[in-house]
Amino acid sequence: MMEFMEGSHAVAHSVKHCRPEVIAAYPITPQTHIVEALAEMVANCHLDAEYITVESEFSALSACLGASAAGSRVYSATTSQGLALMFEVCFNCAGMRMPVVMSIVNRALGAPLSIWNDQQDSISLRDSGWLQFYAEDNQEAADLHYLAYKVAEDRNVLLPAFVCFDGFILSHTYEPVDMLTQEQVDSYLPKYTPVQRLDSADPISFGLFASPEYYMEFRYQIDQAVKGAAKTIASAGREFGEMFGRDYGDLVESYRLEDADCAIVAMGSICGTVKDAIDEMRKDNKKVGLLRLRSFRPFPHKEVRAALSGVNCVAVLDKNVSLGTKGAVALEVRDALYGQQVPVLDYIIALGGRDVRKKDIRAVVDMAGQGKGDLFYGLRQELVS
Amino acid sequence: MISLRELRIHGRGGQGSVTAAELIAVAAFAGGVYAQAFPAFGVERRGAPVQAFVRFDNQKVRLRSQVYEPDYIIVQDSTLIRDVNVFQGLKKGGIVIVNTEKALTYPIPEGVKVITIDATSVALKHLGLPITNTTLMGAFAAASGEIALPALEGAIRQRFPGELADKNIAAAREAFEFVKGVS
Amino acid sequence: MALGLGCSAKPGRAKENRTGSWRTFRPEFLHEKCTKCGLCSLVCPEGCIGEDAEGQPVPDYDYCKGCGLCAEECPSQAIEMKKEEK
Repeated sequence: MMEFMEGSHAVAHSVKHCRPEVIAAYPITPQTHIVEALAEMVANCHLDAEYITVESEFSALSACLGASAAGSRVYSATTSQGLALMFEVCFNCAGMRMPVVMSIVNRALGAPLSIWNDQQDSISLRDSGWLQFYAEDNQEAADLHYLAYKVAEDRNVLLPAFVCFDGFILSHTYEPVDMLTQEQVDSYLPKYTPVQRLDSADPISFGLFASPEYYMEFRYQIDQAVKGAAKTIASAGREFGEMFGRDYGDLVESYRLEDADCAIVAMGSICGTVKDAIDEMRKDNKKVGLLRLRSFRPFPHKEVRAALSGVNCVAVLDKNVSLGTKGAVALEVRDALYGQQVPVLDYIIALGGRDVRKKDIRAVVDMAGQGKGDLFYGLRQELVS
Repeated sequence: MISLRELRIHGRGGQGSVTAAELIAVAAFAGGVYAQAFPAFGVERRGAPVQAFVRFDNQKVRLRSQVYEPDYIIVQDSTLIRDVNVFQGLKKGGIVIVNTEKALTYPIPEGVKVITIDATSVALKHLGLPITNTTLMGAFAAASGEIALPALEGAIRQRFPGELADKNIAAAREAFEFVKGVS
Repeated sequence: MALGLGCSAKPGRAKENRTGSWRTFRPEFLHEKCTKCGLCSLVCPEGCIGEDAEGQPVPDYDYCKGCGLCAEECPSQAIEMKKEEK
């Protein structure tokens, strides 16, 4: 049913529909509305879950890890510095193969302190073994939680997953969202049945010591599971599409790319603005298209190569920067296009909440056409010269 | 085909600008329009200048930037005009609603329709508090035609409990009738 | 041998490793001096000192590494470390 709601509340309701058994979170802007709403649902007995109040994000994810090891479906949400504090536990969740689902309400990392949006936080955890999905709008932000649990808990995957959506730009925006009913979600997402769990009657230990003779093999298995998740995403995403009409089987979305000379690559809410800008540029006979990455982990190398091999130039919009080199998305896109002779230009954009308008997208495309790229877009030169 | 229309609300922290944007969008959505409402994310200090935005369209709104060239502007507090260029980017033929008890002495851009309303007095009369957002929503409904009064009342009732909703609806109605009378 | 998912394993594997063979010195318990205070059992890092029906300490030499902590801490000097005869 179409409802008009804030992004955070749409996500809180979709999480509720996933029937998490344990929630542990520590409030941090702009994630707060989600966990407040869930805490209220638990307090009012609208959600039968254990809500663990903790004293830090480190404890929040540690509690989730333990609860997941005990065989529960668990949920958390965080952002920015909160995610940074979870760093160690993130690697443990993936290494112990715990299908924790966590919303990342994307926000910049300090210093300097910024409460505003970019994607540096989740991108910085790209090597942790968590799946990473990025939503363009609140519909997708809500839906991707269903998909995330379905994929994470699949026996061929068993990995934790981030559902990333842009802080404020999506989390604090009211717009129509088609909310599924509990019955619909139940028919899509079965109860979680752990392969193995902590049980005092049949004890087991997780995440044990691995000597040099074993460690690499464990890492290899996690890597294989992340890569292999693409197949599960495809089937779970198609199934979602067949049941509810919104197909998430593809790890990427192509927009007006068929005959494009210039392709923009981006993730998250900026893609809405990019699509509007593309429509305008198309009216001026500029053949521009968009390749939107919905999944960053696993990275859709094959799809990127297939979609971009024929274009004359690729302009990547990175709302993050791997300091000392480039944006993380551009690095991956270049890797995917290795040997293809397609120039890939990187534009670090919208860091720390700097607004992006259609004219900015047009400017990026113009620069890409002139071969000018690999730069921070829109710098206030008077401040840095 | 009616295309995208945009509203920018200028207020001060605590005056309910964000709630106004939300409820206007709720009312528009109830009327079958695709709406998007969001605040300018900033320091939410009481009294600091704040902005909130609404987009209306007959198709899905994908644009995520802030609103730079609005069709409508609501100024919740006329003292803001001294601090902020509230008219910036207003489209030709655009409508500005200003809460003030006096006539505006500031230069008004050409080709723009300005409606002044003493929303503070209306709010004080009905609510006993100088919170003008629901009053100005009534004025906006009358001036813009983007939202119908019953839909606005529905949005207010959805947000506020019983008697508080009645008071806010009374304030919105008075403003609606006032603006209908002057425009 | 397949790796345990998430580097998991059943507990109790340490029991298979009889660390008593590492010993150079062996604690001898002098029952006539012992006051049965239980401190030796408490400080033993291996947790391998039990007690008999009379409350006298009984070491499990399968796991005692001969570290000598018990002898060092015994208030009654009732434990002597003797060179292991191998």
